[in-house]
Amino acid sequence: MIIGTALAGFLVLGLSAILFYRFSHVHELIYAGCLLVTALLVGDGLWHIVQSGQEEIPALILPFGLPWLHAHFRLDSLSAFFLVAINFPAALASLFGIGYGGHVPHSSRVTPLFPLFLFGMNGVLIADDAFVFLVSWEFMSLSSWLLVLSDHTNAEARRAAMVYLVMAVFGTFCLLPAFGLLAGPEGAYSFAAMRTAHLSPVAGALVVLLALMGAGSKAGLVPLHVWLPLAHPAAPSHVSALMSGVMTKVAIYGLIRILYDLRSDVGWQWGFVLMVLGAIAAALGVLYALMQRDLKTLLAYSTVENVGIIFIALGLALAFRDHGEIALSALSMVAALYHVVNHALFKSLLFLGSGAILQATGERNLDKLGGLLNRMPVTGFTFLIGACAISALPPLNGFVSEWLVFQSLFKGPTVAHWAMRFGVPVVGVAMALAAAFAATCFVRAFGIAFLGRPRSPQAQNAREVPLSMQIAMAIPAFLCLFLGVFPVMVTTGIATVVEPLVRVKLPAAVLGWPWLSPVSLTAGSYSATMVLLTGIGLMITTLLVVHHFGTRKIRRAPAWDCGHREDIVNAQYSADSFSQPLRRVFGSVVFRAREEVEMPPPGALTPARFRLSMIDPVWDGLYVNIVRVVDAIADRVNFLQFLTVRRYLLMMFLTLVLLLLVVAVRQQ
Amino acid sequence: MMAFLFGLIHTGLVLAAAPLVTGIVRLTKARLQGRRGASVVQPYRDLWRLLQKESVIAESASWLFRIAPYLIFVAVWLAATIMPTFTTDMILTPAADLIALVALLGTARFFTALAGLDAGTAFGGLGSSREMFIASIGEPAMLMVIFSLSLLTHTTSPAHMVAYVLGGHIGIEVSAGLALAAMVMVAIAENGRIPIDNPTTHLELTMIHEAMVLEYSGRHLALLEAAGMVRLLLFMSIISCLFFPWGIAGADSGLTDVVVGLLAWAGKVGFMAVVLGYFESMLAKMRVFLIADFLGGALLLALLATIFLYVSEAV
Repeated sequence: MIIGTALAGFLVLGLSAILFYRFSHVHELIYAGCLLVTALLVGDGLWHIVQSGQEEIPALILPFGLPWLHAHFRLDSLSAFFLVAINFPAALASLFGIGYGGHVPHSSRVTPLFPLFLFGMNGVLIADDAFVFLVSWEFMSLSSWLLVLSDHTNAEARRAAMVYLVMAVFGTFCLLPAFGLLAGPEGAYSFAAMRTAHLSPVAGALVVLLALMGAGSKAGLVPLHVWLPLAHPAAPSHVSALMSGVMTKVAIYGLIRILYDLRSDVGWQWGFVLMVLGAIAAALGVLYALMQRDLKTLLAYSTVENVGIIFIALGLALAFRDHGEIALSALSMVAALYHVVNHALFKSLLFLGSGAILQATGERNLDKLGGLLNRMPVTGFTFLIGACAISALPPLNGFVSEWLVFQSLFKGPTVAHWAMRFGVPVVGVAMALAAAFAATCFVRAFGIAFLGRPRSPQAQNAREVPLSMQIAMAIPAFLCLFLGVFPVMVTTGIATVVEPLVRVKLPAAVLGWPWLSPVSLTAGSYSATMVLLTGIGLMITTLLVVHHFGTRKIRRAPAWDCGHREDIVNAQYSADSFSQPLRRVFGSVVFRAREEVEMPPPGALTPARFRLSMIDPVWDGLYVNIVRVVDAIADRVNFLQFLTVRRYLLMMFLTLVLLLLVVAVRQQ
Repeated sequence: MMAFLFGLIHTGLVLAAAPLVTGIVRLTKARLQGRRGASVVQPYRDLWRLLQKESVIAESASWLFRIAPYLIFVAVWLAATIMPTFTTDMILTPAADLIALVALLGTARFFTALAGLDAGTAFGGLGSSREMFIASIGEPAMLMVIFSLSLLTHTTSPAHMVAYVLGGHIGIEVSAGLALAAMVMVAIAENGRIPIDNPTTHLELTMIHEAMVLEYSGRHLALLEAAGMVRLLLFMSIISCLFFPWGIAGADSGLTDVVVGLLAWAGKVGFMAVVLGYFESMLAKMRVFLIADFLGGALLLALLATIFLYVSEAV
């Protein structure tokens, strides 16, 4: 009921933004409306999670949709969980939009689509049949596509929108037959019917493969990730936060719905596939992120990495479930969903931060920023919290979920099959590399943008953003700490959510509430609360000792720098120079990075030049070839466009005969 | 109650003993180089002297520059507090397992690297960039060492690992040997010792850790130096606890066991300090880009350690 009202609210907000676009304050009012509606949905989702397990939630059937099929809606605990995980960052983006939405280029093209985008995403979550699911999915894709295209005068945005549209169509193209196969020959499109359906092994495998490609392309699995680093940065920053922090989670929801709920007999081999794909995405995604100069592109690639981590945990959950290790399966699932929440939080925070930087300086290029921490203290502090959280530093939330993923990964070899036993350590290496690279990546992002001396006049003159935007960044920063320090509360909540999927409830706290000890008493434990309290105790001791026994005098002086005092700001390390060692070691293989230094002869007055060239292995190796093949085929069949009517009629006739033959053969 | 007491003693002890270990390493090196060398208590005097000096801060630095030394020192001290050395019966030992320990060290590194970038100098950035580069390969290697040890002992908690090994559940394992080799390589890199980095350098294009803390002085430098000393002791404790746990007192053990544990720890750490000093005098520093090969080797050894477990099982 509440959800229905909320969805209607999104539609009304979208329409009124179009109707009243001339009024002053329309942007502020629309975003404030979105904030209200999303806050309502968060409350409703939380209430459902608390209530879950008490009663069976009936499906709501409304008389619209396909002629022979009514629209089914249902809110179970999984949907309720994602309702919270998605609408909370959406509420933050709306709050940010109040101060930000009126300043983006072509803002009257953005404001109406924002609530419609939220409408589509929420529709996917409460859908209980394939039709509603796919329509909402497309609504989400198309509205976000229009949001990417909002800055339509920019050629880059147009290219991003083109690539995104193709990939979105590809995703739906995969999901459509997946649901078709699930529905079976009777066309039972409601999810309830799909759960009881029996599929042949081939059809079952095809469903998993298609779902993986469909949801994977939306979530950003390598090699289907190419649209993500183009489209996410092209949209206005609060929309980027939604696309990166939230829409990828809708895709993960879709995958969980199909693989864990609609199909309950997916084999461990698929778990292995998911795990390996996740490992590739995690390691490659962050390696790409390390090479980026554009802050928002960097964040988009980091989303690929985090989606990879979630996939590793999801794959482990499948593998454990198939081998009867249901307690470990529950653990992996909790780890995956915990990371879903965490990534939604800190990625939204970081994208909002990049929006604040963009508004203050007009720059996304790291090499034009610098020294912002003194000029934008709130943005800087919250961005620092986000960077620490995404780098999995204790006691913040990112560490808890990565700890849980590592704990379940370390139990991976209990699945007694050689593929898992040798595969899991290799996946472990990829995951560990991804975690370490992420820390490097965010030291670089924060250090170059916020520390050092300003590298451009825009950065020099940056000013702090309005209060509503600061609050929109402060709330997730606080929650990053809160969810990190009280993890058992979150794992208990998630354990009830995943109970229907893995058929077991994770024993939440073996040792009492502050101790996270998921596997058993002796298998390893972590208590963020204790770590934080002890840390505070040690900090107070340190401060007392240093200030009691030492001097408190401080003198400001020019930087020492070994006596090489340099006034040229470009003498500082830049984004490119920071990643140079890793680029030389890993980038020269993966990206074929080449550095050329052009030194003028002694005495010449021309400047020395440094040139850096890199290729995108996925784009140049895969997509360019696909385009080439498609072009070649198009050239060959091009003549079909210029035939006479007689020939067209002949071809139609032949096609008809062929189809009738097929029908006749099948009737046999 | 005993757990609380031991925890408190241990917290103070790791801090008090850390400069001594550094002093022993320095004295060993000095003697091997034919110098008389400073007394082993010289690091205490150095720290005291730095505490008394005023701190000079670069004009371009932000507030992060001032709080970073405290955060770094506390993160390293906290990690050292959690890691069992002479007894596993400490109140804080279950608060973090080895993964959390790696992450705590990661926190310290994160803020050291940021502090290096803060003043906006060329040397600071150089140090930060290289430090994160080394950590990008070193940290995964350490996590893989933990992975292989956790497969051997079914736990990631150091206290339970010690109990498992002392319970006689495992004999000589090839995997443990490979993991030890990898761990030693990581420890050398993480502490910035020769051949990765030279802790005594102060003006070289090859410096790494010293380049990051180049702008620091006074009490801030004292904290960073102390953090480095505690980190060195911590890694020695990790190696002695995970690979040579003999002598460590378990839960519910008497006072004699704890005294034996203390002496065993002192002996192990002292031995390692002398060995470290010896090898540092024998080796030359390697080129920056050879570090990737060195640590890549560590990562591979750690991976082999996990895979060997199943190979040996299958044969």
